[in-house]
Amino acid sequence: MIRIGLDVGSTTLKCVVLNDRDEILYKNYERHYSQITQKAAAMLSEVRDKFPEQERVQLCVSGSAGMGFAESMSIPFAQEVYATRVAIRRNLPETDVVIELGGEDAKILFVSGNMEVRMNGSCAGGTGAFIDQMATLLHLTPSEMNELSKRQNKIYAIASRCGVFAKSDIQPLLNQGARKEDICASIFMAVVNQTIAGLAQGREIAGHVVYLGGPLTFFSELRKAFDQTLKTEGLLPENSLYYVALGAALQADGEGFVLSDLIERIGAYTASGAYVGCRPLFANAQEYADFTERHNRDEMRVTGCLQPDNIAYIGIDAGSTTVKAVVLDSAENIAYYQYLPNSGNPVPLVKDFLAEVYKRFPNIAIRAAASTGYGEEIIKNAFRADFGIVETIAHFTAAKKFDPQVDFIIDIGGQDIKCFKIRSGVIDNIFLNEACSSGCGSFLQTFAGALGYSIADFAKAGLFADKPVDLGSRCTVFMNSSVKQAQKDGASLENISAGLSISVVKNALYKVIRVGNAEELGQHIVVQGGTFLNDAVLRAFEQEIGHDVIRPSLAGVMGAYGAALYAKQNQRAEWSSLLTAEDLANFTHEVRAVTCNGCTNHCRLTINTFAGGKTFIGGNQCTKPLNRGRAAVRYNLYDYKRELLDAYGSVPGKRETIGLPMGLNFFELLPFWHTFLTHLGFGIAVSPKTTKQLYHLGQASIPSDTACYPAKLMHGHVQALIDAGVDAIFYPCMSYNIDEHLGDNHYNCPVVAYYPEVIVSNMKSVQKVKFIHDYVGIHRPHDFPKKMHEILTRHFGDDITLREVKAAAKAAYAAYEEHMRKIHQKGEEYLTMAREKGMPVIVLAGRPYHLDGEINHGIDGFIADSGAVVVSEDSLGDEYVKAPTTVLNQWTYHSRLYAAARFIAESGDPHINLVQLVSFGCGVDAITTDEVRKILESKNRIYTQIKIDEITNLGAVKIRLRSLFSAIGEKGGYAHA
Amino acid sequence: MPDKRVPDERGRIEFTKEMRKTYKILFPNMAEIHFRILQNVLRAYGYNVELLTNDGQEVVDEGLKYVHNDICYPALLTIGQMISALKSGKYDLDHVALMMSQTGGGCRASNYIFLLRKALKNAGMGQVPVISVNLSGLEKNSGFQITLPLLRRALAALTYGDLLMLLANQTRPYEKNPGETDAHVDRWVQEICAQFLQGKGFQPKAIKAQLGRIVADFETVELLPVRKVKVGIVGEIYAKYSPLANNHLEEFLRSQDCEVNVPGLMGFMLFKVDNRLDDIQLYGGNPLKKFVVQALFNYLRVFETYTLDAVAASKRYHKPASYLEVKEMVRPLVGYGCKMGEGWFLTGEMIELIQSGYENIVCAQPFGCLPNHIVGKGKIRQIREMYPQANIVPIDYDSGATRVNQENRIKLMLSVAREHLHDA
Repeated sequence: MIRIGLDVGSTTLKCVVLNDRDEILYKNYERHYSQITQKAAAMLSEVRDKFPEQERVQLCVSGSAGMGFAESMSIPFAQEVYATRVAIRRNLPETDVVIELGGEDAKILFVSGNMEVRMNGSCAGGTGAFIDQMATLLHLTPSEMNELSKRQNKIYAIASRCGVFAKSDIQPLLNQGARKEDICASIFMAVVNQTIAGLAQGREIAGHVVYLGGPLTFFSELRKAFDQTLKTEGLLPENSLYYVALGAALQADGEGFVLSDLIERIGAYTASGAYVGCRPLFANAQEYADFTERHNRDEMRVTGCLQPDNIAYIGIDAGSTTVKAVVLDSAENIAYYQYLPNSGNPVPLVKDFLAEVYKRFPNIAIRAAASTGYGEEIIKNAFRADFGIVETIAHFTAAKKFDPQVDFIIDIGGQDIKCFKIRSGVIDNIFLNEACSSGCGSFLQTFAGALGYSIADFAKAGLFADKPVDLGSRCTVFMNSSVKQAQKDGASLENISAGLSISVVKNALYKVIRVGNAEELGQHIVVQGGTFLNDAVLRAFEQEIGHDVIRPSLAGVMGAYGAALYAKQNQRAEWSSLLTAEDLANFTHEVRAVTCNGCTNHCRLTINTFAGGKTFIGGNQCTKPLNRGRAAVRYNLYDYKRELLDAYGSVPGKRETIGLPMGLNFFELLPFWHTFLTHLGFGIAVSPKTTKQLYHLGQASIPSDTACYPAKLMHGHVQALIDAGVDAIFYPCMSYNIDEHLGDNHYNCPVVAYYPEVIVSNMKSVQKVKFIHDYVGIHRPHDFPKKMHEILTRHFGDDITLREVKAAAKAAYAAYEEHMRKIHQKGEEYLTMAREKGMPVIVLAGRPYHLDGEINHGIDGFIADSGAVVVSEDSLGDEYVKAPTTVLNQWTYHSRLYAAARFIAESGDPHINLVQLVSFGCGVDAITTDEVRKILESKNRIYTQIKIDEITNLGAVKIRLRSLFSAIGEKGGYAHA
Repeated sequence: MPDKRVPDERGRIEFTKEMRKTYKILFPNMAEIHFRILQNVLRAYGYNVELLTNDGQEVVDEGLKYVHNDICYPALLTIGQMISALKSGKYDLDHVALMMSQTGGGCRASNYIFLLRKALKNAGMGQVPVISVNLSGLEKNSGFQITLPLLRRALAALTYGDLLMLLANQTRPYEKNPGETDAHVDRWVQEICAQFLQGKGFQPKAIKAQLGRIVADFETVELLPVRKVKVGIVGEIYAKYSPLANNHLEEFLRSQDCEVNVPGLMGFMLFKVDNRLDDIQLYGGNPLKKFVVQALFNYLRVFETYTLDAVAASKRYHKPASYLEVKEMVRPLVGYGCKMGEGWFLTGEMIELIQSGYENIVCAQPFGCLPNHIVGKGKIRQIREMYPQANIVPIDYDSGATRVNQENRIKLMLSVAREHLHDA
């Protein structure tokens, strides 16, 4: 009897037929486009045609998408990783590690020694679907990506945790003109980092490595990237695509099936339809007709010609995936517009647009031009636009045209969601999608593409779906598996399409804006952005909020339209400085990549040179490379705190040298522990400044990929200390922090409190040193010396006396108090100075470890460079009192946030505002952010939150900050950059 | 007219004595057997309580709507469950209160109750009082007091619940006549509740004797001589027990022909009390406080010992390790100061399970659970080094994680487990 293994993956079907000597007689590989059972039946029919003499066969199904039908038809099922292992054991028994990437899964299988399997969890994206998504973004095929990356000469840091993050890293690179060759190679490297960081979890990948699965079979450069990183040469075996199917076939046993019966049964199989559904978008055709009629009222007419005066204003919105450009006449009609997909570099698109404008309107008299969007700066520089404005302002300006009373605007574009509330004519509250919650237009597009549709056709298909799949409101990676589940449950394409449209809306509402009820949004809502051009999305939005909204018919070009209106309203000179037709003819653009050596960040800069030698630099995290030689005075308390800590460096001592890892709570307690230990005569080695390299040093030992970045960095710091040859590392566990009487208790968060436990269980190298991670209570100064004496005696013998420890403790508490006093003093000083000079103040509120430049990505510097005085949440000194909260106020660091918010709310001073830094994955901040917002909003103050992670989309951060500055400017009555 | 409806500065409405007479109190489900008994205890004390069992997508949806989406899944679910119940129209919103436990540790779970109040307010049901059940004196309500007699009955409920759960789990997979085990459980739950109403069955001596009778009764269930894959469940307390949170994990494992071991609640209680002793040990503290806490700890241990002795008397059932034994087992792995959430006890339960032959473990945690970064995922590597046979799969639960992925990962663990069973 022949044995058939059928591997039903997330995107493909694989089939292997074995004879009784385990030889492969036949194999087949095909994309299934979610038509799993039909394609499976077809594939088995081919087997039947090949082997007409085999009436009975043994069959075993594997693969996550095959579980459903296999179970309900009582076909043997093999878990896919297990199947791989069976096949590997038979064919390549000497293998130590298998790395298998699939459509949506990534797996590492440790075969030798202690057998272990690792699969990507619910938050991981470095897979085939991720590569496909990136290829779509770059307008390449995946195999073209592979070809291009052969010519790479540098690797950019691209977030490796999740596809959504990576996208937001790649987009700015594209907009800044980075080479596609380098981006392609960087994407492959990101996949490698993702796999290793996410799955190896501390276990070393060494010995005979085998690569399996589609991406590793098809992309030689991906294999090369793995080889390089793992410092090994992995093997791509014959049939590398078929190992799961092979393993399934090897496990097929029993009396078998009559093949033709089976084909018929599978073909006729329709899943239960037991998925959870939402109500249909439209109950009937009449509803749709009414809906269409209502929205036709907001039709925007394109005149095609200028007014007789030939006066024109130009607005350009260089967005992440599209470039929109508008020509406005003197009566504020749109005379002409373009909406172009942006394949990375917006410069040639804008050039062609302007050329077309000059051709169409030979007598055009351009009075002013403004650019906005991600590519705002480069476009402004390249084409000498008069204004570069934040996209929020552009959208608000446009929306006011449709409804002067507009109080809420939501724009869902290709890559991002932007929403803002308008209160008394000022943008008051901005919501941008954080890195983890996209689910925007490009998601719909990728899905449509994967199923072989255009986005418009795909969305349309869902209009009359009878039972749209309820996919929840989660980030795209999660949605992939939700869709998989729905397919398994037999949801039709129509219902999946409608479900995706609904989930895009839910994402925006519940993830980004987090509305409690629809009235919160406002009464005059304008929706914008290309995604809303899909009626299904628009309808889903109206249904979800239970309220009609306005959708301008040119929803996609509202940013550009707003920019043009802004240019008109703010026209400064008689003529625009925009390049003339003649200038345009001579326009050139060159891109060069260099590394900035201005500081330890070593940003990868892209230098764009335009005709006439004008340059534009992108990729910088601070303004240093831009104003070389010009030392600007900046008031940044973060700088001051760093200086204070720098004074506590490595010093020799008469006893052993103890290493202190500079992360998490050491950013506050360094003065304490440094003083304490040096007083006892220990030498001190402080771990070096955080860099990406340092992070990679410890990356492989991180057990939980969803912990916050500051915690993950600890692995690198500890490793660096061990590499430096310290005798011991002091990293105590601390449930409690010092009680500042700002809260009801004085806990550390669980991660800060106990991370040493993670280090000791996951970093083998700590066995080489004394790793002191005892539980220490500095919150009880009286008991501290005695308890600490016991600990030190345990580790260093009994020649340290209690007297010495007492004296050292006294000095340590004094040093700590002095340190905090200095910070408070500087805070007072800055606040007073700012008041006198009338400068805006930003309280950049986070945690002590947000001082780290690798964690905050230079955001403190960016704010200071913009002309605001930056102070920290712990510097407000005497002005600081315990804030009444509606939540349990029990963590020392977090109490300061509430106190700072209260200070600002009570101050009544519009010059002082708060920006909260939130590390991705910080569970406690899920509570603090809402509370801080509440405290501020109770006094009508603006709350701004910035989420940061390993990689942060600084473009989005800047939008947020600039919008804040412009809102403060209007509210506070003074103008600001 | 409702009275005393003035929220304090934190937005809290006290549950008053007057309310006790006319209000219905809703509380969320967790460990099924325990809570069924507990419900009856509270009713016997004149509280008109109702255990919430509503399930399904609308629970999740309400949670997503009214709770910060990055908050732990258990908070999102319990709050979602309560709001969904209140919105069902089954209750008079002016005569209903909610009850929720509050631990008061460094974990963000101590904030659930505040999140619930916030959610109620946003949902336009701010008038509904929320009762905090805590032993830390965090919040007090004149209409709901944890009195000593009530506490004694609750403790008895806990003890019976643990034993019944243990026996059921070790009997059901092997029973010859399907349904017999569950019938035994139901009968005993009814019996115990009836005794409580008559003022019987919760005195230490009565408990001790009755535990023996229960074990003897379960021994009459006829078993089949089959071997099954043994799987232990550990995790964040709610994700570990509540089918709503863990997508009916126990049911799924049973459908995969496994014997499931879910360690009891008493260990967790002892852990929470013992924490205070360890804090004093580690950082210093008030000797009087130490004395009081130690007395409470010893009192709880009496009940634990009753349960363990009752199981040990049987040849058929496996006796789990005692709390103090677990504490000793975990010594090489985690410091006793690690107390937030499930703390070192979670790691300890994994080791206890492995040493008891339940080497296949599902570690159930809400996505992004902070303590679990440390004592769950953070310790698995070292456990595997110490116990190479350990076959642990950590599963994240949240509204976005799909069942198909969770089950697929569990199936992988089970494939390896079956291989071990086969090789053994």
